[in-house]
Amino acid sequence: MTEAPLTGHIKDGETLDLRAYEAIGGYQALRKVMQEMTPQEVTALVKESNLRGRGGAGFSTGMKWSFVPMDGKGPKYLICNADEMEPGTFKDRWLLEGNPHQLIEGMIISAYAIQADISFVFMRWAYKEAAAIMRKALSEAYAAGYLGSNILGKDYHLEMHLHTGVGRYMCGEETALLNSLEGKRATPRAKPPFPQISGLFGRPTIVNNVETLSFIPHIMNKGVAWFQSLSRTGDGGTKIYGVSGRVNKPGAWELPMGVTVRELLEEYAGGMQNGYGFRGALPGGASTDFLTTEHLDVPMDFTAIAAAGSRLGTGTMVVLDDHTCPVGFVHNLEHFFAQESCGFCTPCREGLPWTEKILYALEQGHGTTADLEQLDLHTRWLGPGNTFCALAPGAMEPLQSALKYFREDFERHVHEKKCPYGNHSH
Amino acid sequence: MAIIHIDGKSYDVKEGRNLLEACLSLGIDLPYFCWHPALGSVGACRQCAVKSFKDEKDTKGRLIMSCMEPVKDQLRISVTDQEASAFREQVIGWLMTNHPHDCAVCDEGGSCHLQDMTVMTGHSYRNYHFTKRTYKNQYLGPFLNHEMNRCIQCYRCVRFYKDFAGGKDMDVFAAHNHVYFGRHKEGTLESEFSGNLAEICPTGVFTDKTLKQHYTRKWDMTYAPSICQGCSLGCNIIAGERYGSLRQISTRYNGAVNGYFLCDRGRYGYEFVNSPRRIREIAIRNSTLATITADDALRHLKDKLTGGRVIGIGSPRASLESNFVLQQLVGQDQFYLGMTHTEHDLATLALKILKQGPVRTPSMQEAAAADAVLILGEDLLNTAPMLGLAVRQAVRRQPTQDAMNAAHVLAWQDAAVREAMQDRNGPCFILNIQPTGLDEIATRAYHAAPDNIARIGFAVAQVLGAPVTVITDLTEEERQLVQQIADALSAAARPLIIAGYGMGNEASLRAAADVSWALHAQGKPAMLSFTMPECNTLGLEMLGGLRLDSAVDAVLNGEVDTVIVLENDLYRRMDKHTADHFLKHCKDLVLLDHLYNATAEKATVLLPAGSFAESDGTLVNNEGRAQRFFQVYGATGAIQESWRWLLQLGAITGNERLRHMQFLDDVTEAIAKRQPVFAGIDHLTPPADFRIAGQKIPREPHRYSGRTAMQANVNVSEPKPPVDDDTALSFTMEGYRGEPPSSMIPFFWWPGWNSVQSINKFQVEIGGSLHDGDPGKRLLEPNGNSNGNGHIPWFTDAPEHFVPMAGHLLMVPVYHIYGSEELSVHTPGIAERSPGAPYIMLNPDDAKRYEVAEHHQLQLAVNGHPYTFTVKINPALHRGMAGVPVGLQGIGIAEVPELGKL
Amino acid sequence: MLTATEISRIEHELQQVPVKKAAVIEALKIVQEQRRWVSDENVEDIATLLDMSADEVDSVATFYNLIFRRPVGRHVILLCDSISCWVMGYEGLRSKLMELLQVKYGQTTQDGRFTLLPNACLGCCDRAPALMVDNDLYRDLKVDEIESILMKYE
Ligand SMILES: Cc1cc2nc3c(=O)[nH]c(=O)nc-3n(C[C@H](O)[C@H](O)[C@H](O)COP(=O)(O)O)c2cc1C
Ligand code: SF4
Ligand code: FES
Repeated sequence: MTEAPLTGHIKDGETLDLRAYEAIGGYQALRKVMQEMTPQEVTALVKESNLRGRGGAGFSTGMKWSFVPMDGKGPKYLICNADEMEPGTFKDRWLLEGNPHQLIEGMIISAYAIQADISFVFMRWAYKEAAAIMRKALSEAYAAGYLGSNILGKDYHLEMHLHTGVGRYMCGEETALLNSLEGKRATPRAKPPFPQISGLFGRPTIVNNVETLSFIPHIMNKGVAWFQSLSRTGDGGTKIYGVSGRVNKPGAWELPMGVTVRELLEEYAGGMQNGYGFRGALPGGASTDFLTTEHLDVPMDFTAIAAAGSRLGTGTMVVLDDHTCPVGFVHNLEHFFAQESCGFCTPCREGLPWTEKILYALEQGHGTTADLEQLDLHTRWLGPGNTFCALAPGAMEPLQSALKYFREDFERHVHEKKCPYGNHSH
Repeated sequence: MAIIHIDGKSYDVKEGRNLLEACLSLGIDLPYFCWHPALGSVGACRQCAVKSFKDEKDTKGRLIMSCMEPVKDQLRISVTDQEASAFREQVIGWLMTNHPHDCAVCDEGGSCHLQDMTVMTGHSYRNYHFTKRTYKNQYLGPFLNHEMNRCIQCYRCVRFYKDFAGGKDMDVFAAHNHVYFGRHKEGTLESEFSGNLAEICPTGVFTDKTLKQHYTRKWDMTYAPSICQGCSLGCNIIAGERYGSLRQISTRYNGAVNGYFLCDRGRYGYEFVNSPRRIREIAIRNSTLATITADDALRHLKDKLTGGRVIGIGSPRASLESNFVLQQLVGQDQFYLGMTHTEHDLATLALKILKQGPVRTPSMQEAAAADAVLILGEDLLNTAPMLGLAVRQAVRRQPTQDAMNAAHVLAWQDAAVREAMQDRNGPCFILNIQPTGLDEIATRAYHAAPDNIARIGFAVAQVLGAPVTVITDLTEEERQLVQQIADALSAAARPLIIAGYGMGNEASLRAAADVSWALHAQGKPAMLSFTMPECNTLGLEMLGGLRLDSAVDAVLNGEVDTVIVLENDLYRRMDKHTADHFLKHCKDLVLLDHLYNATAEKATVLLPAGSFAESDGTLVNNEGRAQRFFQVYGATGAIQESWRWLLQLGAITGNERLRHMQFLDDVTEAIAKRQPVFAGIDHLTPPADFRIAGQKIPREPHRYSGRTAMQANVNVSEPKPPVDDDTALSFTMEGYRGEPPSSMIPFFWWPGWNSVQSINKFQVEIGGSLHDGDPGKRLLEPNGNSNGNGHIPWFTDAPEHFVPMAGHLLMVPVYHIYGSEELSVHTPGIAERSPGAPYIMLNPDDAKRYEVAEHHQLQLAVNGHPYTFTVKINPALHRGMAGVPVGLQGIGIAEVPELGKL
Repeated sequence: MLTATEISRIEHELQQVPVKKAAVIEALKIVQEQRRWVSDENVEDIATLLDMSADEVDSVATFYNLIFRRPVGRHVILLCDSISCWVMGYEGLRSKLMELLQVKYGQTTQDGRFTLLPNACLGCCDRAPALMVDNDLYRDLKVDEIESILMKYE
């Protein structure tokens, strides 16, 4: 049995309440930190562990924290990004519903490391159950003295609030999330200045993903070597992987970092459903490039997947089967991205609907060769740096790889003037 | 300085700005939309992309947005790079996907930044072949059209309207490609600065509604550089005409005065020029008014002027030239300043303080750079709106600086600065008789009686070290306020004190002077700004003359035969009874004016005077800056400049003082020579014989069309174009095509830049001064010899605490941006926005005492004459006072403060 | 006019934020919870309470897709139309819903019982297709289950 520190204790459909969590050693890490460690030591340890963010971008967590100024007056903030709205992604929900105190403990330790005064869990609106669980867990934590003033007798004070959103995928982008928390439109902010310097209400702020933060207590308890030993590769830790689509057993599993695509598909997801073949998959949510049959043995970690031309992203895979039209598939994705564009920068606001319309035209049999060129151009023009934030470049990843791997399918739509799969109406 | 490399060439540029500004300053054409020099950068449109290279070896490079990139030494970029150009073209392609391509019927066509940028990027073929989304438009009031389908979502409108100008009733709605710019509900845009949207918006979403009433393309108008006559600030404007009517006012950039903007009174208040109430004929009144020829009129007047004693009444809304010629015509001892006695007193005092005191009066742009502001008794948005906008910028200085330090951002990184500073404002204290529109940005807003405001001012001066008679009976609240103000001003680097005519209270001017002098004595570069009632109040005061009351006395005593009134409605200078009485006793009343007003009804001779659009002249603004305005079009019919009428009267009567004066230059030269304060005003603009490459400067763009056909319905042979003998401007499209001297720019145009954005091409650096300096000349500089108290003694005596007087109300002025000014209300939209019927504003306690409520009628006796007003309740107004809307039509009272008896 | 409950709940939220404006999303949520949607008048009332202009409030309200600025039915059906549900054939559910309710996306049934809206990923892609009715999530849906689900809502 592989070790699953984040989820091993979660029984299907149940939640660990405070007592249950404490019974399995919960809040010991916090105790240890409060008694033995300075904020700088916590950050140093996390840095050393090389924990990389699980929210999609894979940035070093300890490094991010180290940019927070430790002098100066005024509040600082720690924010847990529990917006999880990337299509195909459902991993944070598991942690939120199964073990909220693990996250809370992780947040308190992280907040202590940057000496934050206030923290928020920014949760997407649809997680009604998770929100109720989190609300209960927060009041338990307050009652037990883990939150509020003089935490565990130490001169450290932290408030923690739950904020539930009102829609919009953009809220997951960390700077747009800050605007949303400030009661504004969730449009992204320019970087620099980075949130670590000027974030929520203009104050130093750290935003981390649920899975990232849930790891913190374990790293405090068991150390760097243990953390690295969990992984099969250089990127430490376990990772929550998921698979959805036409597989036999869709689901999510906490596994050593670096299991291969094949293992995930065949061992954990039980292989493709009867009569369906594997054509490709988005390895880490809607905004990652397709991997195909040639990549089945790629280890699912940040480095190897990048080398294979995609991104680990959230680690939750969406499978494209051989009965499903790849053009329809990306049409569905671009429809999502076009809808969720905040409307701030030109390429994203105007370019995404354009690609969506072309893909729709292709599906309807009205597409032309010129349209395909236009799609190619868009994948280039909506690339990183050309748009204001990462939404549009993310949107282009599945499209550009689909154009690369499934070009024939696009061309058949043009030449046959219909969708050769014919299985999806719109 | 930094060295940057652009397409293989090296340039020395200033550090700290952004790369887009640097490129534009170097004359490199780079397209942009969301950036604006006054608004900074947000990086939304992605139009300004260039290629950036790490070093010499990097050949691949990456695209960056030049507006978001700070200039750094050894930056290496390419503008012409194939990928960068292709991307920029693609951005236009995106913006055009939903744009209706309706240039032919769009008011912006021909002066459209979107058209210019489309051409600049070379985007000429349309690849998008799907349906476009469409929007519903909104009614936005009398000043602006709304056509959302043309929107390219650059966000400039909201950034100007909300962030820069503090407007509340406009925003961006919805998300993705449905974003909508407008109001939550249809209705009039309330900001005093809404008209700037027409210039800020790079396409035809927001366009000038008054222009639409008599629409003309930009290239088909005749333009002149002009000065706004709407208040004392002297904003620079461009006025455009076609077919003998004035069509549009737009901003004439002046880096020291109004920058890129105007207020709505200034932009839209021009319709009086086209009014059916214009005096267009020369008329003489026996029993009725009869039209006569100029020759007959001059002959008639020759007898009058040589026959008996003649006095002249000047005007604070007439040019220096016209006032001066009148003064010379009638003689210094017969020249009266046509102001109310309050205005006269305030102007005299203000001039004395500015001339003899040690503190400098700032230009508006300097005021905007202040880092602490104290306003004593001015409702700026109603009395000097653009100065209010400057205060809005000033309150951002300190927090911006803090944000720059804390978040390591630069001031032009607009979104980043705003996020870092949140809603914090720098110190700003507003003391006024009632709440003002700027109170929301004030650290403290305090409402009190005029004398009590002055007392607080004096108390602040005292804390700051001025030798003021000790003020003892302040309340605890007032004492704290005084200390807070004094601390804030002491802590500031560039404090600004503002006072003026708004309360009609001299003591507040004295207090303001004391505060600024005390700060000066502490070694601070303090600034002191006084607002003035009208566009040339300060100029008239500097010219000098007698008080209007003594003219009344002289006439009533029978000492006068003929009164010449220059561009003045005396019913706005004295109450109706005095004016009636006075005019009845004038044997001959010669009026030179634009509109048929109450005074005109009594005039025996009417001479049609050119408005600012039909005249050349000079005005002195509240800063003491003399600025020239030029005729937009040759006056039609009998209309001519007042000074020209008066010169003709001088000639026909053989007036020695006016001998040899015929043209504008003769007059300005005489003013400069005879009155040392005006030294240099003859060189504000180049003289009439100025030529570039042997040519005059054309008032018309070279694409002006249809000249040969314009009069074809009258006569097929083209009429000879009018000749301008007074200035170096021509009335045609012929002339020098290059850049004119900065003081004579009739319109901003540059090859490839047809919109107002072409201003970039006329500046030394983006947002800086125009190429050969910002126009105008400051006539007043602080008395450099003075220290501390200077050559003018401190004002030591604070007024007494205001005590309400039994049975009386102290009537204090209330100004309205739309309605209080005499000429602008002749624009229908301005009239629509004015409060309409006069009212009286009371404190609820007083209302109770006098048993009246909102909308009731209240009768008051002022100077023994009864007046009836509709009551308005305002709890912020001090007891014992009554606010009276000055200048509203039908008010009957011209002079406040004044006591009213119940 | 906002109710006393709404006002007191909004005022409670105000204590959690450093500037009043920051509570606007909470305020919109509170009002919507009570009334199912947010009217122009509600927008104006919230604005007054938070020292904002109605335009500012509406700018935020119209940005977020789950603040309803138009009336909705007693129950709102949010049908996930994102990738995993699409792959698993959510379109069948859509047709069924439209047929049963006789509405298109964005419309409310004649009897005011349901409003049908498309929605982005509900975060249960392993149990696709899925939909939400009010706060209840339904997963692994089959077309023939739809009718009985709808029956639960009055
Ligand atoms: C459009 C967009 C949506 C995003 N959505 C999420 C999200 O739902 N949850 C999340 O944790 N990160 C999301 N991210 C990534 C965040 O911006 C940020 O990188 C992350 O929360 C940082 O946490 P980490 O360092 O722990 O990964 C999103 C990014 C983009 C560009
Ligand atoms: S209305 Fe004009 S200024 Fe506003 S976003 Fe659209 S194009 Fe830009
Ligand atoms: S001008 Fe640079 S992004 Fe708009």
